[in-house]
Amino acid sequence: MDMQRAWIATRKGLFELRRTTESWRIERISFLGEPVSMVLPPQDGKRMLVALNLGHFGVKLHASEDAGTSWHEVATPAYPIQPEGAVGPAWKLLQLWSLEAAHGIVWAGTLPGGLFRSADFGQSWQLVDGLWNRPERAEWFGGGYDVPGIHSICPHPQRQAELLVGISCGGVWLSRDCGAGWALQADGMRAAYLPPEQADSPNTQDPHLIARCAKVPDVLWCQHHNGIWRSTDNARSWQEVHGAPVSSFGFALAAHLQEPGTAWFVPAKADECRVPVEATLVVNRTRDGGRSFDTLRRGLPQAHCYDLVYRHGLALAADGCTLLMGSTTGNLWGSADAGDSWQAVSQHLPPIYAVRIG
Amino acid sequence: MATVAFTPQLRRFLAVPDVDTHATTLRDALETAFALNPRLRGYVLDDQGHLRANVVIFVDGRRSSDRVMLADPLSAHSRVHVLQALSGG
Repeated sequence: MDMQRAWIATRKGLFELRRTTESWRIERISFLGEPVSMVLPPQDGKRMLVALNLGHFGVKLHASEDAGTSWHEVATPAYPIQPEGAVGPAWKLLQLWSLEAAHGIVWAGTLPGGLFRSADFGQSWQLVDGLWNRPERAEWFGGGYDVPGIHSICPHPQRQAELLVGISCGGVWLSRDCGAGWALQADGMRAAYLPPEQADSPNTQDPHLIARCAKVPDVLWCQHHNGIWRSTDNARSWQEVHGAPVSSFGFALAAHLQEPGTAWFVPAKADECRVPVEATLVVNRTRDGGRSFDTLRRGLPQAHCYDLVYRHGLALAADGCTLLMGSTTGNLWGSADAGDSWQAVSQHLPPIYAVRIG
Repeated sequence: MATVAFTPQLRRFLAVPDVDTHATTLRDALETAFALNPRLRGYVLDDQGHLRANVVIFVDGRRSSDRVMLADPLSAHSRVHVLQALSGG
């Protein structure tokens, strides 16, 4: 991970940032004017992908071989012809919502809920039938969008064949055989938006984002629609984290790569309002697995702030103390001290969909 | 021959010269264009081969309403315009 470089995917283009001794500055803008739904930072220092969601002409994927200096269009994941009578949403790609690479494979999570894999860095894509054909998919529904979507892709850092995905709203799924077979692993989560007798149903949970601790990969964090959950057994069970200050509702989270007890969250007013509580932007940080939190606010707007941080809007560098956070209002803040203090990087960007360091 | 013209907005992404065709239906005319430029297909049609939700086609000045079959008949002198719909932003 290049900790001196960041990528900001926005409603109006891709912004590349470089870190200076003082702060971050905008180095380059690509695809100005086009909605950029996700970016995969350079994987080997050079090769990267960016997903566009063109308002008229659909989802497109572009690759760079020179870390964003130049781009060329590559294949877009495509759904097969929809069989007659197929239940669920139309088999049409609406958005590329997540992109991750591990062990030579690029994974793409989409709306309406299909997972795609590419073994040639985006030159071709295959729908992961093992998940798409699960009968449980008929019960999934949209969370924030009209159709379900895969927003979280968590490859296992050591076990090449293992992959976990989070779906709004379709729970948490784990594959141990490169996507051939899948198990639903959202036990312990609770959905207050469902009738009481269905609240514990793992297949209709709404994890807003899931992130893994790289050093202790059995530890996973989840910012859920109804609170914060944590797993210490690789998603076999989830335990609710109680007592997050301000609000346990939110979208974004960042998990420390080395410390399994450390994570950051951006609370918001649940859930029909979706602005900072009392119009005051804060970040919650725990260092003890969620038993206690620090509420961090130095440098963040503390009055009349209506910025919402989307689920991919908070990024943590490998050093564990460099953070970047971007909002729907086009504000971008950086922290060099694990969130203790924040500095505005830009207050005039387009609405920010995703922030990634690397 | 019928002529198919594409919105210049597409030039941001790919070359879209007018296409002359002997096709007698709208879908066949589009297929002629896609044969010349395979990448164009994904800009006009979705995964299921339907007209994209925010693309609109006019045949001889009349807006096509068949977004699935694209079966509008063409005459030897038809003018087809493939445009972006304002609904797309």
